[in-house]
Amino acid sequence: MTTTSDRPVSRRGLLTGSALATGGALTGAATLRLTADGPGAVQVPVAQVGGAVEPFHGARQAGVATEPQAHATFVAFTLKPGTDRAALGRLLRLLSDDAARLTRGRPALADTEPELGLLPARLTVTFGFGPGLYAAAGLGDRRPPSVAELPAFRIDRLQPRWSGGDLLLQICADDPLTVAHAQRVVIKDSRPFAAVRWVQQGFRRAAGAEPGRTQRNLFGQLDGTANPTPGAPTDAAVWVPDGPAWLRDSTTLVVRRISMNLETWDLLGRTDRELAVGRRLDTGAPLTGTAEHDEPDFAATGPDGLTVIPDFSHLTRAHVTDDRQKILRRPYNYDGTPTADGHADSGLIFTSYQADVTRQFLPIQRRLAERDLLNEWTTPIGSAVFAIPPGCPEGGWIGQQLLG
Amino acid sequence: MSSTTVGSRRRRVHLLAAAAACLALGAAGCGQSSAAEPSPSASASTPAGVLGIRDPWVKAADTGMTAAFGTLVNDGNSDVTVTAAATEVSPMELHEMTMKDGKMVMQPKQGGIVVRAHSSTTLEPGGDHLMLMDLKQPVKAGDQLTFTLTFADGKAQTFQAVAKPFTGAQESYDPGHGEPMPGMSTTPGTSTSPVS
Repeated sequence: MTTTSDRPVSRRGLLTGSALATGGALTGAATLRLTADGPGAVQVPVAQVGGAVEPFHGARQAGVATEPQAHATFVAFTLKPGTDRAALGRLLRLLSDDAARLTRGRPALADTEPELGLLPARLTVTFGFGPGLYAAAGLGDRRPPSVAELPAFRIDRLQPRWSGGDLLLQICADDPLTVAHAQRVVIKDSRPFAAVRWVQQGFRRAAGAEPGRTQRNLFGQLDGTANPTPGAPTDAAVWVPDGPAWLRDSTTLVVRRISMNLETWDLLGRTDRELAVGRRLDTGAPLTGTAEHDEPDFAATGPDGLTVIPDFSHLTRAHVTDDRQKILRRPYNYDGTPTADGHADSGLIFTSYQADVTRQFLPIQRRLAERDLLNEWTTPIGSAVFAIPPGCPEGGWIGQQLLG
Repeated sequence: MSSTTVGSRRRRVHLLAAAAACLALGAAGCGQSSAAEPSPSASASTPAGVLGIRDPWVKAADTGMTAAFGTLVNDGNSDVTVTAAATEVSPMELHEMTMKDGKMVMQPKQGGIVVRAHSSTTLEPGGDHLMLMDLKQPVKAGDQLTFTLTFADGKAQTFQAVAKPFTGAQESYDPGHGEPMPGMSTTPGTSTSPVS
C-alpha cells in the first residue's frame, strides 16, 4: 500500500480528513467526499498528496469530473493490423488491470519497477475509443455518430503528429513520477496490439498550490471559468443518460493541441490582451463585472459607444447560456523547448468533454473559428476525438459493454 | 503486494530452511515420490484450495519456452510442497535459478517447491518459476491460461493466470538433472503480434 498506510489513525485524523491515506477504499471514499463539495471546498494536506486515491471502478470513468490533477499525459495509439475484437478485449483487460492496481497505489502485475507504483497521488487512467477502434472491432454501428474527425476549420494548421488515434489513455496524477510510471506500464502492455501515435504531456499548478481556482494558461488567462457548475446540469451536459450499456454513462472527448504564440502576444499591452479575451487578466471577471463568475453584460456600452466587451472577444464568441449545451473543459498547459533565439514552444492541450460533440462542441468551435480575436495568437495544430466509454465494476474491464 | 518485491535473498534462505526440514522428515509430504501416495499428515490441517495464489501471470510468448509466476500463500499449519504443474498448451517443469560457472541458469527444482506453513513463496523472474517447456500454440498477451498444481499429498488445485507482455526473464536453461528437450529454444519467444 502507500507509504503512509501504516500510520496510526486517530479519531481527529478521520474527522478532519488528515487520515486520507489510511488505505485504498477508505482513502477513495474520503477523497470523493472532499471533492464532491466543489472545487477547493477542502484541500488535501500537502504531505498526503502522494497517498490520495481516486477510485478507478464505477459506472462512469474517473478523470472527467475528477478535480483536475497537476500532471497529465495523453497517449494515443494506432491499432496494429490484426488487432480485432478479441485482441481488443485482451488489451483492454490488461490495461484495466494496470489502471485498477496503480490507481490504488499497488504495483502493476509483473511491474518491473514496483516501488514506482506505491504512490497513486490521485492517479486516474481514462480510456478513450477513436473511430478506428470501432472499425477494428467490426462494431462501426455502435460508434457514437459524433465520434468522428472534426470538420476542417479555417484556423486549423493540423499536424499528423498530434492528430487522430484509435485508442487514447489520459493519465493524470498529482505527481509526475506516478504519471511517468503509469505511462510506461500501459505502453508496455499495449505494444503487442498498438503503436504509439502521439503523446502530449501537460501540467497545471501543483496540487494544493491554488486550491479551487480556475487554472491559468501560459497567456496568464484564467481558463475554464465557464465550465458547467457541478450538479445535475453538468451531468446532462457531460454524460449520456440512457441507451444501451455501451453508451449509457459514456461521454466524448475532443483533444486539441493549441499552439500559443507568446512572441506576438508579448507585443500586446495589458488592455488589448483583456479586450481580446473579454475578461480581466487578474480576476478573470468579465470586463463588465468585478468577480470571475459575474454574468457578462454584452449590451453594456462605454463612453465611445462601443460595447465594453468586444463583439469578437473570446468570451463573447464562446459564450453558452444553456447549461446542457456547455462543454466541460479540463485543459493542461504544455511548454516545449524554446528555439535557439528564445522563441517559446508553448500552448494548451485543450480537452473538452461533452455528451455529444456535434450538439455541444461544434457550434462553439464554429463561432470561434469564424471570428475570435484570440485566433490572432493561437493556432490549432492537433485534433482528435474519442468516445469515453462507461466505467467498469471491480473485476470488470473498460470496454466490456462494447466488446465483451 | 509488497511481498512480491521482497529480495530474493530472504526467500532463498527461507527455501533452504524448508528444504532442510524436508530432508529431516524424509519423503513424507516433501519428495516427488509421495505424489502417488497422499500424505494425510500433510493435508490434515491444510484448508480447501491448499494454497492461496496471488497475482498469477504468465509471460506471453509465440513459441518455445515461457514461464508462469505468482505468489503461493500457505495459510495452513503444515508445509505444502508443489510437486508438479500442468497446463494444456505445454509440458511443464518446476524450475529454480542457480549459479553455474559464474552465471545464473535455471534448472528443474528437485523435491518441488515448498511453501512453509503460515508463509508464502514468490515465483518471479530470476527466481523459482513454473516453466512451460515447449508451447504448442502461442500464448498471446491478455490470454487467460489455466494451470493445475499437484501437491505432495496428491491433491491438486487449478488457477488462472493472465499473459503479460514481458521482455525480462530471459534465463538460459541448464536442464541439470533432467534431459534437454530437442528442438527447444533456450530463450522464450516474445509475443509481438496480437494474432497467432
